[in-house]
Amino acid sequence: MATMSMIQALNSALDVKLSQDPDVLIFGEDVGYFGGVFRVTEGLQRKHGEKRCFDTPISEGGIIATAIGMGAYGLRPVAEIQFADYILPAFDQLVSEAARLRYRSGGEFWAPITVRAPYGGGIFGGQTHSQSPEALFAHVTGLCTVIPSNPYDAKGLLIAAIESNDPVIFLEPKRIYNGPFDGHHDRQVKTWATHPLSDVPEGHYVVPLGKAATVREGRAVTVLAYGTMVHVANAAIEEAGIDAELIDLRSIVPLDVETIVASVTKTGRCVIVHEASRFAGFGSELSALVQERCFFHLKSPIRRVTGWDTPYPHAFEWDYFPGPARVAKALKQAMED
Amino acid sequence: MCPFDLHIPEPSARPGDQPDFSHLVIPPAGAVPRPEPEALASSEIFRETAHGVIRVLDDQGHAVGPWAPRIVPEQLRQGLRAMMLTRLFEDRMFRSHRQGKTSFFMKSTGEEAIGAAQSMVLGPRDMCFPTYRVLSWLLARNYPLTDLVNQIFSNEKDPLKGRQLPILYSARDYGFYSLSGNLGSRFGHAVGWAMASAYKRDDSLALAYIGEGSTAEGDFHEALTFASVYHAPVILCVTNNQWAISSYAGIAGADEATFAAKAAGYGLPGLRVDGNDFLAVWAATEWAVARARANLGATLIEFFTYRVAAHSTSDDPTRYRPAEEALNWPLGDPIQRLKTHLSGLGEWDDARHTQCEAELTETVRSAAKAGEAIGTLGKSKPPVSEMFEGVFETPDWRAREQRGELGV
Repeated sequence: MATMSMIQALNSALDVKLSQDPDVLIFGEDVGYFGGVFRVTEGLQRKHGEKRCFDTPISEGGIIATAIGMGAYGLRPVAEIQFADYILPAFDQLVSEAARLRYRSGGEFWAPITVRAPYGGGIFGGQTHSQSPEALFAHVTGLCTVIPSNPYDAKGLLIAAIESNDPVIFLEPKRIYNGPFDGHHDRQVKTWATHPLSDVPEGHYVVPLGKAATVREGRAVTVLAYGTMVHVANAAIEEAGIDAELIDLRSIVPLDVETIVASVTKTGRCVIVHEASRFAGFGSELSALVQERCFFHLKSPIRRVTGWDTPYPHAFEWDYFPGPARVAKALKQAMED
Repeated sequence: MCPFDLHIPEPSARPGDQPDFSHLVIPPAGAVPRPEPEALASSEIFRETAHGVIRVLDDQGHAVGPWAPRIVPEQLRQGLRAMMLTRLFEDRMFRSHRQGKTSFFMKSTGEEAIGAAQSMVLGPRDMCFPTYRVLSWLLARNYPLTDLVNQIFSNEKDPLKGRQLPILYSARDYGFYSLSGNLGSRFGHAVGWAMASAYKRDDSLALAYIGEGSTAEGDFHEALTFASVYHAPVILCVTNNQWAISSYAGIAGADEATFAAKAAGYGLPGLRVDGNDFLAVWAATEWAVARARANLGATLIEFFTYRVAAHSTSDDPTRYRPAEEALNWPLGDPIQRLKTHLSGLGEWDDARHTQCEAELTETVRSAAKAGEAIGTLGKSKPPVSEMFEGVFETPDWRAREQRGELGV
């Protein structure tokens, strides 16, 4: 075991897979010699050779098309899109090709690709370095979408993603790369060093896709979150002093609906938290599922705490970001309703 | 100072006009020089290969010039047979559509030489990333006609399990990648395949097709960039059949530069080839294979041809081009031209041609009948449970629940 930040854990996952499987290779903008703008691929080219980890042209569509062709051949490519905000030129490749190749070819071809992308806000990145586009991918049948919230999960989920024979969109909340973030942006920045989930095995292990984690147990209300918002929700629960059950979804496709339903059936209340805009966000699907499956157990309306329905604004970052105060308010309202 | 004037390209003839191909500069067969496959992409000679038209068969059907390939007559007959079979099969399936036996169909009439010759030049371990107009690739490799019919009818024996539009085949064992109705989106997959082959020090090369209209998509330029940067062993082919539904090639930029000439900007060799000349297609493909096998990477080939038929069963080309335009296409018909060549060699004649046509017609008829016996569209289909299979490697709870909801 070693203490790792999320960046180190992701790097370790890639290192493990490069060492284990000659069919794994990594490419993307600036990921080779330089090691990536967030340093996730640092040292991998030096250790494994330039054919295993290399730079690509600035061409997201080209990167994903190339990855799909490699995957169809039989490799397990891991492509990095430098920011999730830049993934849209590759949207056609992901939606029309990667997601459907197995289905439309009657199982003759498939795309076992992993697409990593730093994601989410909280770093003053403005409109083009802060977005949370997970709902766009969750809606596409045939894609898996994974969002880790801590170093241990990040490594185990990334290894699971690389070993999956389905295409996986792996969104890395960049605000928590170097330390957990509870949404109190005006307080001292924390590192992962003191967090229990920074204790990461150095070798191979898997956190299976589609299994949520119960971060804290409680009886009064269920909070559904993923990525950075797990930490924000946890802080809000403590500050509100409510006996809430916090569930970290870890992957939104496949979705661990059983854990969600079991929890809401028990608590009778549900608050959904995500950074992305509200309207038709992933919270809408969660809300519908809970309503369909837990209606007769619900004691109050399902509430959503999300980013506003605006582009991600620069100067208004902390007005936009669904911080602990907004989450705590929603928790209290859920209890009072 | 004069004001600007917006230019909107227009084809040379519209319905009611005389077909007019006088603007096309078509050099005589044998006129374009043949570089060595190892030549530097920056060599002056590639200006000629990218702007001229590489042709082997002259008007009398003789193979002339530096590109004339060595092909034994048996292979030429095989190629001719594949082209004839393609045309007969497509005519039959087109009629099946008109009879309501399927929802959709597309023909490759006039373009049969391209897939047939390339399929024969490439090896069994190479992979073709097709468009929807290269059925002759499969038929040159004796893909079972009944499987095609079953796919077109989406019946119980459909190899694609009822999930895919007619003719968007997939045939891995025949070196034929899964088709999609989105244009150009597999061009980059071929480059990825080729890069994977090079990464594994394999010798499987990739060949991809794109229509001239779709060269305007970003996919085309992304694929060329990656192919160039990583020296991928891939043959990138533009099928310039002059028409993208109702838009003539000028709407994709053909009046400003040839499609083959675009190779130069990527540091790749570009060949512009008479796509109705089986021998020229063969020779250019052999050249690109030799170059790739010498580890010199990709070649861009423009096949200059003409889409004789409608875009699809949903299209009526008499609404946007002269009805007789196909008959006036200056590069003729690929089947007739190969027939004339083989006859000139003393390896074929009218009687054999007629007999071959009769045999192939019967082959097509019996395949169509076999498919019809299983069922045409709506009369037979795979189990509905197949709808829920194959989305993911292992179906998730949604598939399980929704199957239950539908009761299958």
